[in-house]
Amino acid sequence: MNPAIEAKSLGKTYGSVTAIDNLSLTINSGEIFGLLGPNGAGKSTTLRILITVLQPTSGTATVLGHDVVEEADTVRSLIGYVPQERAIDRFLTGREHLELLGDLYHLPKAQALQRISELLKLVNLEEQADRAAKTYSGGMKRKLDIACGLLPNPKIVFLDEPTLGLDVQSRLRIWDYIRQLREQGITIVMTTNYLEEADQLCDRLAIIDGGKIKVIGSPKELKAGLGGDRLSLTVKESQIEKLDRLSERVQTLPFVRDIRRNDNGLDIRVESPEKSLPGVLDVANRLDCQVDSIEYHRPRLDDVFVAFTGRALKGEYPEVVEE
Amino acid sequence: MNFPHYKQEVLALTLRWVRRLSREKFSMLFTLVQPMLFWLIFFGSLFQRAADIEVLQAPNYMSFLAGGVVVMTVLNNGLAGGVDLLFDKENGFLERMMSTPIHRTSVILSRYLFVMAITGMQILVILGIAFLFGVTPITGLLGIGVIMVIGMLFGIGLTAISMAMAFSVKSHGDFFSMLGFLSLPMIFLSSALVPLSAMPGWMQALAFFNPMTWVIDAVRPLIITGWEAAIPQVAMALVILAIFDAVCLYGGAKAFQKAIG
Repeated sequence: MNPAIEAKSLGKTYGSVTAIDNLSLTINSGEIFGLLGPNGAGKSTTLRILITVLQPTSGTATVLGHDVVEEADTVRSLIGYVPQERAIDRFLTGREHLELLGDLYHLPKAQALQRISELLKLVNLEEQADRAAKTYSGGMKRKLDIACGLLPNPKIVFLDEPTLGLDVQSRLRIWDYIRQLREQGITIVMTTNYLEEADQLCDRLAIIDGGKIKVIGSPKELKAGLGGDRLSLTVKESQIEKLDRLSERVQTLPFVRDIRRNDNGLDIRVESPEKSLPGVLDVANRLDCQVDSIEYHRPRLDDVFVAFTGRALKGEYPEVVEE
Repeated sequence: MNFPHYKQEVLALTLRWVRRLSREKFSMLFTLVQPMLFWLIFFGSLFQRAADIEVLQAPNYMSFLAGGVVVMTVLNNGLAGGVDLLFDKENGFLERMMSTPIHRTSVILSRYLFVMAITGMQILVILGIAFLFGVTPITGLLGIGVIMVIGMLFGIGLTAISMAMAFSVKSHGDFFSMLGFLSLPMIFLSSALVPLSAMPGWMQALAFFNPMTWVIDAVRPLIITGWEAAIPQVAMALVILAIFDAVCLYGGAKAFQKAIG
């Protein structure tokens, strides 16, 4: 399969600040690829280099075989971009946005008009198309963003945090929409800081933290790669001093792969569910350490994240901002 | 460079500004009835008797002032011209545009064309109102044409400065502060309100280095003195403007490059 995108040792520094460092990845045609990481990790920087609005300070990248710096205009004509903020002009109507973009992509008038009416139908904005964007709700603005991103009939669509701040329904609709795009053979590159989104939607993803790629793989591979399920326990404050001893003892148990201590408990990677739960509780009992709560689950993407970055991703869905 | 494509981009981008202006009724009205008109009418009338005709070398203060107000209009429009691009930068619209295969200069050119078109209309309104107060440009329609050309040329450098500010400031508050900081001194340290010869020494010296002074001193004779006096001044202004514009465009281009990464 021909790679749609290849990045080799991309780096971007602003003076003394390094946004991304030695970042390499390959994205295959027709897949949904995610860049997962917390705010400031470098996902947006990477995306913006790939869509040519930012120049790398080191390394190279090609999109559909064209270098993003040397052949920037070619790349631009082949891709679509759906930015994170609602990059729209309040005073223009939805249709006028699309008309403007049609001209910026140098589409002939007739072709542009047809494309515009197709898109408006596709994203369900026909009714509001001729109202000023300032009258649009958050969801409508998103739809307009998507229509704009698809206008040039791109082979690759880049989405920057596509469901940020949306309510559950809109989020699910957008996910479906992204899957539909993939059905049409379009490659999708998206950034996200939502674990659930990366898990459910992406064919493959790269975990980015502190400007570096920590790991790349499909959600399934990554979770399986952890080699084990997770057992988390917390203890009450009075028992915290016993945690270190508990940790030492638990570590010696045969089915324990890995153990990590946090503020008020332990995260333990274990092999078999049947033996681990009673086994750990037994050790705690012997130490007279009262366990406050205990939780067991199969590997999740946030475990993968913790494993590769050493900390949790604070990316659970925040309160809905609009609609 | 592909000219048909370039034309398509620039026209579409300029249309955007036109559409926006026509949507903001209040703003449109304000554009035509602009503050500069008030400067002309009120200052012009207020200082009628206080102004010394011999010092001014003009029939009255209003005819003297008209030239200054025309250039002040160009100044204010030019320096403020980049503000919409600042908003575009802040809300991501600029980035959206830059992700399309447009020539990197079409955004700037479209903004310039729009701002200068508006400025041109305003100059005509100012000269029209001045006419009602008895100020008739002595060089007639051709002279008015030359005034417009000089105004547009001055506008190039000013819009470049404005874009440079728009692309360099961290917040739009900074933009407006800088705008105020630049425009008022430029107006007072020029021959807009008072001839150079009537200024105190230190102001004269500073005004001498202000490109605006040279522009006004080319526009003013086109209104009140005549072709003979005007032509050498116009020639001088063109030279100054060539340098001014080159410097500003260079600075603006640098700021733009830096902003788009």
